[in-house]
Amino acid sequence: MKTIYFDNNATTRVAEEVLEAMKPYFCDLYGNPSSMHTFGGQVGRKIGEAREQAASLIGCEPGEILFTSGGTESDNTAIRGALAAAPRRRKIITSRVEHPAVLTLCRELANHGYTVAEIGVDKSGSLDLGELENQLDDDTAIVTIMHANNETGVIFPVEKIADMTAAADVVFHTDAVQSVGKLPINLKENRIDMLSLSGHKLHAPKGVGVLYVRRGTRLRPFMLGGHQESGKRAGTENVPGIIGLGAACELAAKCIDTENRRVRKLRDKLEKAVLARCPDCRVNGSGRNRLPNTSNISFEFIEGEAILLMLDRYGICASSGSACTSGSLEPSHVLRAMGVPFTAAHGSIRFSLSRYNTEQEVDYTIEKMPQIVAHLRELSPFVAK
Amino acid sequence: MWDYTEKVRDHFFNPRNVGEIADPDGVGEVGSLACGDALKLTFKLDDKGRIKDAKFKTFGCASAIATSSVLTEMIKGMTVEEAAKVTNKNIADYLGGLPEQKMHCSVMGREALEAAIENYRTGGKKKHELEGRIVCTCFGVTDREIERVVRENNLAEVEEVTNYCKAGGGCGGCREQIQQIIRRVRPTEAKKAPEPVRRREGRLTNIQKMQMVQQTISEQVRPALRAHGGDIELIDIEANKVIVALRGMCAQCRLANVTIKDLVQARLREFVAEDLVVEEHRESADRQHKHRT
Repeated sequence: MKTIYFDNNATTRVAEEVLEAMKPYFCDLYGNPSSMHTFGGQVGRKIGEAREQAASLIGCEPGEILFTSGGTESDNTAIRGALAAAPRRRKIITSRVEHPAVLTLCRELANHGYTVAEIGVDKSGSLDLGELENQLDDDTAIVTIMHANNETGVIFPVEKIADMTAAADVVFHTDAVQSVGKLPINLKENRIDMLSLSGHKLHAPKGVGVLYVRRGTRLRPFMLGGHQESGKRAGTENVPGIIGLGAACELAAKCIDTENRRVRKLRDKLEKAVLARCPDCRVNGSGRNRLPNTSNISFEFIEGEAILLMLDRYGICASSGSACTSGSLEPSHVLRAMGVPFTAAHGSIRFSLSRYNTEQEVDYTIEKMPQIVAHLRELSPFVAK
Repeated sequence: MWDYTEKVRDHFFNPRNVGEIADPDGVGEVGSLACGDALKLTFKLDDKGRIKDAKFKTFGCASAIATSSVLTEMIKGMTVEEAAKVTNKNIADYLGGLPEQKMHCSVMGREALEAAIENYRTGGKKKHELEGRIVCTCFGVTDREIERVVRENNLAEVEEVTNYCKAGGGCGGCREQIQQIIRRVRPTEAKKAPEPVRRREGRLTNIQKMQMVQQTISEQVRPALRAHGGDIELIDIEANKVIVALRGMCAQCRLANVTIKDLVQARLREFVAEDLVVEEHRESADRQHKHRT
């Protein structure tokens, strides 16, 4: 059975070009970039190239790129590092719909004497900027708000938030793990201080990411040890990963316009057809400001895990905000923050596409989805015969 | 991904006995849309008092559907007395086991069966009623129900109870009560369970008291409120007066009826010192709570 992969917000396939770029760095050019010999030094130069490739995608200087082990480490480094650099400030502002890499950390910090303000969102998933403005004060050490939401794809106006925080003289970090490679961003044209991105969300391998740190931003290192990354992140570089990430960034920069137009068309086709063919369903976060690849649809009266398993039988991979998929008993914190009723949150399915998806795959899913929904509703006590 | 047995997958993909019996002898309905799973079970007896037919309708995950399907198969041919003896463990065993976090599906099956039998025995008049005192207000689970899953499944930890009947899986505010129930039902086992911060003997220094108040709020109170979109901030401690500010509140929470202040005070008295008094911070109390549904 062919796999139809609509779970690209979870992880993506490594691009062939990326894998090819990485291959020499396992068995042939395996030197340590910190070494004094030519064998290791050539690897260091290649990392420099990857730094340029990553900088070019997000419009910054290579010296502002810090390679990490991924999105979670980037988020932790940014938040903990900014707090450590401003010890007198005790407040963190974030949103209620952040990824756990940010939200769990902030809530843990709340147990250690920090005040955490979680900004809410409205029904469409848009951030309450008024509340953010009210919360900004001279005790605020950092504002950390994601660029695009991983569950719904809703985009937050980070450029505008960066202006607000800059005016208040507060450091602004954005988790852009879901948006980099999908939305163009130019860090020379805005005032974002720090930005996290993750390799495996843009067709690079897992285990590598970037923290962009604007020159002049005060940050205490999170990982201590050797002098790698100009002393800002100790630990021998994940050389193949970094080189892969560089190649993936270059590829993303090349493809971003055309691919996203195509991906958006496929997503829209899938979403429109599912809504038209399945009664009692709704799109969560359907506004115009949304990632081109993400569609989060709630199916009333049925449960997400059951839908996923039925999809799985046809080789279709998606994910759900249902409680049952995570082992917790509460459905998605993102959908609940948006005021999506419990009933709809339990039956939510996220389709997230990539440039490797085809129209045939979309058509196949459009054909199967109504059958699955109808079958599960036949079992449901909440649907009249 | 869940590791479901072949039997669970089979009953999920090919559910048996789906539907409702038109003129049933017993009807049992448990669960709700909000809780994430619900089951309606109907059965019909033959003239010898054996279950001739049973049908189900289920809203829920794969294991909830598989459990319902297999339950209808199991009880067919049983007398009502035999059916009344079916435990959640029997159902789970019949399926070749369920993942720990999914055991509550088998409990839901047994509850629906009990409700249907009760409905039959009272001549179709009585709908299933909760017996005992509600302990978990989030999922509406009573002390009797918790005692029963603890006894029938040899449970020793609060997390296990949550896996089996959901109690304690929402705001977490009842976890200590669940621990007490375990201790009562299985005194020898419960001793092994790790205990949270315990009150220290003798007088506390001010520093000890402050640290313990902060620790108790962080570990015992905040998670409970947070699960419902609320939060708590420790403003100050003056002698035996602990001043807190409450943030947010969950409109859908059934706990809203309980004054949070009482809950905080009870926890602090339990873990820190008997003579503590909790007060809500004036300025914060005047601010309106934000309700989000």
